[in-house]
Amino acid sequence: MIELRDVSKTFTLHNQGSAVIEVINDVSFSVAAGECVALTGASGAGKSTLMRMIYGNYLTQAGKILIDGLDIVQAQPREVITLRRDVLGYVSQFLRVVPRVPTLDVVAEPLRALGIPSDQAQGRAAALLEQLNIPQRLWSLSPTTFSGGEQQRVNIARGFAHNYPAMLLDEPTASLDAANRKVVLSLIEDAKARGAAIIGIFHDEAARDRVCDREIDVGRYTPGIAA
Amino acid sequence: MTPLLSVQGITKRYGNHIGCADVSFDLYPGEVMGIVGESGSGKSTLLNCMAGHLTPDAGQVVFDTRTDGPRDTITMSEPERRMLGRTDWAFVHQHARDGLRMGVSAGGNVGERLMAVGARHYGDIREQATDWLGRVEIDASRVDDRPTTFSGGMQQRLQIARNLVTGPRLVFMDEPTGGLDVSVQARLLDLLRGLVRDMGLSAIIVTHDLAVVRLLADRLMVMKDGHVVEAGLTDQVLDDPQHAYSQLLVSSVLQV
Repeated sequence: MIELRDVSKTFTLHNQGSAVIEVINDVSFSVAAGECVALTGASGAGKSTLMRMIYGNYLTQAGKILIDGLDIVQAQPREVITLRRDVLGYVSQFLRVVPRVPTLDVVAEPLRALGIPSDQAQGRAAALLEQLNIPQRLWSLSPTTFSGGEQQRVNIARGFAHNYPAMLLDEPTASLDAANRKVVLSLIEDAKARGAAIIGIFHDEAARDRVCDREIDVGRYTPGIAA
Repeated sequence: MTPLLSVQGITKRYGNHIGCADVSFDLYPGEVMGIVGESGSGKSTLLNCMAGHLTPDAGQVVFDTRTDGPRDTITMSEPERRMLGRTDWAFVHQHARDGLRMGVSAGGNVGERLMAVGARHYGDIREQATDWLGRVEIDASRVDDRPTTFSGGMQQRLQIARNLVTGPRLVFMDEPTGGLDVSVQARLLDLLRGLVRDMGLSAIIVTHDLAVVRLLADRLMVMKDGHVVEAGLTDQVLDDPQHAYSQLLVSSVLQV
């Protein structure tokens, strides 16, 4: 479902003395449907960078990243947009929303983008928010004023609203209490069971051991860190 | 798929000065493209060339018309282009008073565009105008008031209603949230996003506000001195800018 071939990335900082930083060098791996793979490595090893490259958020300088047959590295913007709408989900560490939009609509948004009628999308959103223990009195409020953990759960609810065949999860269990952590892990297990290919970053080892089938040490591909 | 709008090699000079040079891109149905750059970078010149307000010195603006398929709107006859401006195209000005008729009631402003495409039944026109005022969150009781009695944010929403009432397929927007309070901006952004999604609109938005393009645009073009220096997915250009100027632009945004 997700396949990386000889992928490399550099950052060129034009306004800081044209410094060139090599971040990822020559990564290859693949993730099959129903499989969850963890990216590991020390802070700064390039885990989030690699994940953003797979999402098409960062440009990739060399190699191929195939998702459902589409090479993200070469794809046109509109192809990436379609892929993100239908196939590829991403739960980032931070919630980014239009201010003043109610939480229920924020979570329903990915479904509305797929053309699902409003009441049906909101029904699914409500079920997820309930599952993630967001009190119903908050649903009509914008999540911008929520606590860190609540925002994180709204972000997760939005990421799981549509049953994406491929998902990227950047620390989905960080800043959550034990009960909510369990809910998120079971959401991940459900996604695996229905055949989603998942790549995740988990600092929480117990969580990683529970849901992940394999680990990939990104540090090995970081020039300057690997010996 | 046929692009809704295909822009090829648009160049506009003001004497020796370059307005915009050799700009090309394709816009597909349902896509929203942002154009950013500092004042004087040529983004408004480009927008006005595409919308037929300025005649470019070179290039083509090919629009996929409903009846005849792709046509170059620059070589089109004036009446044809004006018809397009009243039906499939819409233009939202930065200053609402440029896009509204200030001496005519709010309902009249919306109804006028309907009459321009042949609507004649007063009751229907008024009903549709009232419906659109509701969609842009203007109270129906204000339908007979003139826009001069409206706040800046309301005027801007009225301008949007006037533009979208005929169900255009392509909307040009020049700094649609410029000069508005941030709280009003947020509501307008939410409104625009909903309309774009529900009506399947394509839009080209010129702005210098990077936060606005991040929330509204799928794709982004960065302009400097009349040239496009970088183009791509909005989040990619903002999070991993490649060109020196885009890096400067993104890193210059103040954090709140």
